[in-house]
Amino acid sequence: MKIDFEHRQSAHCETGVISNLMRHHGLDISEPMALGIGSGLFFSHMPFIKVNGLPVTTYRIMPGDIFKKFSKRMDVEMKRQKFSSPEKAMAELDNCLEQGLPVGMLTSVFYLPYLPRAFRFHFNAHNIVVYGKEGDDYLVSDPILEEPVTIDRRMLIRARFAKGMPNTSGRMYYPTHVPQDVDINQALIKGLKYTAKDMGTIPLPIFGGRAIGFLASRVANYEKKYGKEEAKKYIGNIVRMQEEIGTGGAGFRFMFGAFLQEASARLGNPVLHKKSLEITKIGDLWRKFAYDCGRMVKDRADDLTYQDLADQLSDIGKKEILFFQSIHKMKF
Amino acid sequence: MKKKDVPQDDENLFEGKFKVVKYAVDDDGNYGTVGSVGWEPENTVLNQAWEEINKKVEETKKKIKAGELSPLAYHMEKNIMDVGMLSQYMDISKRKVSKHLEPSGFNSLDSKTLEKYAEVFDISVDELKKTE
Repeated sequence: MKIDFEHRQSAHCETGVISNLMRHHGLDISEPMALGIGSGLFFSHMPFIKVNGLPVTTYRIMPGDIFKKFSKRMDVEMKRQKFSSPEKAMAELDNCLEQGLPVGMLTSVFYLPYLPRAFRFHFNAHNIVVYGKEGDDYLVSDPILEEPVTIDRRMLIRARFAKGMPNTSGRMYYPTHVPQDVDINQALIKGLKYTAKDMGTIPLPIFGGRAIGFLASRVANYEKKYGKEEAKKYIGNIVRMQEEIGTGGAGFRFMFGAFLQEASARLGNPVLHKKSLEITKIGDLWRKFAYDCGRMVKDRADDLTYQDLADQLSDIGKKEILFFQSIHKMKF
Repeated sequence: MKKKDVPQDDENLFEGKFKVVKYAVDDDGNYGTVGSVGWEPENTVLNQAWEEINKKVEETKKKIKAGELSPLAYHMEKNIMDVGMLSQYMDISKRKVSKHLEPSGFNSLDSKTLEKYAEVFDISVDELKKTE
């Protein structure tokens, strides 16, 4: 059994699943629009929360929140379920497929054998869509892949019931109502304002634009505090969060630029097009930072100190705060 | 980032399976997407993370040979788990898992617990007792 489902590759799993599921239900939403309406772009550095011994740095809001904010702003009604047993979780999935409903679900990439080995860490918040079943194999639209793939029932169960942060608990979801006449322009303005407010005005040091300056102050001390080898792990981790599969480059800043261009065209607002070019420039600074961190990790940066990396971040932080404050002040 | 600047630094990390999507602008500043087989700094930090894991696995192997740890420690590190995560998968306390990481604790395990560990790592009980 196979549902007629159009798979389109995207940069990021959550925004990709939103775009693909919405299009299936008659609402043509691009990946950048899903990011913008769902206020996906963010920044936070939390030195007191560590994963594998390294502090958390994130360029986005919490996993799952993009979809929640998107649904709310677009009046999309979703059915969300989690399960205590794999049997029930798989029976409910089969049941949905029988009814012709493609189902989004939370998986751990560690148990997805179709992904390249190098990417299979215990990341338990990977979104995929299952849209059919042939014998014991499930048909999967994994948004980060070019083509659909299959996974056998046994491995899908493992991926759906992974332990860690978070337990995937068989979580699955699908839209029950997708309005065809929703005011997309109002939704995107809401999403944009939310991001601008959070990035430009949160007074705490660990969230929003200010957190970039905070990270800068930490990076400046990494080598003194942790020693040369450990410090390399710290900056390596920042770059992984920024560039690894799923951000579309520069920690979602380029995808956000694409969103601003679509928003500009929809609203007939040329200022947003200019803003798109501004965030692209900031994204290029993020990439320069990643490039220099890569050199540092490889011991190919005799001309570079941790203070230099910190100065780059500090500059980016100031630019992002001004950028988002200027959007925050815009009237629509 | 300009479309023509989207990096194509292939270190076979994608195993030739696919290209990832990057957002980039054309010469007029208009956004679109371009496939990429990788970017050097990205490859560097990903390899760095794996080197760290492999280093831990090798250190653990030495400790097992020296009789300081049980083979369970090897499978835990190889599967990028820690005591906390393994205890969640086993549905037993962290204290118990720690005990099983010691050779004496591991050697006195009943067959049911051994089977459960093997199942968590998706290997046979025989493989569980080896470090390869």
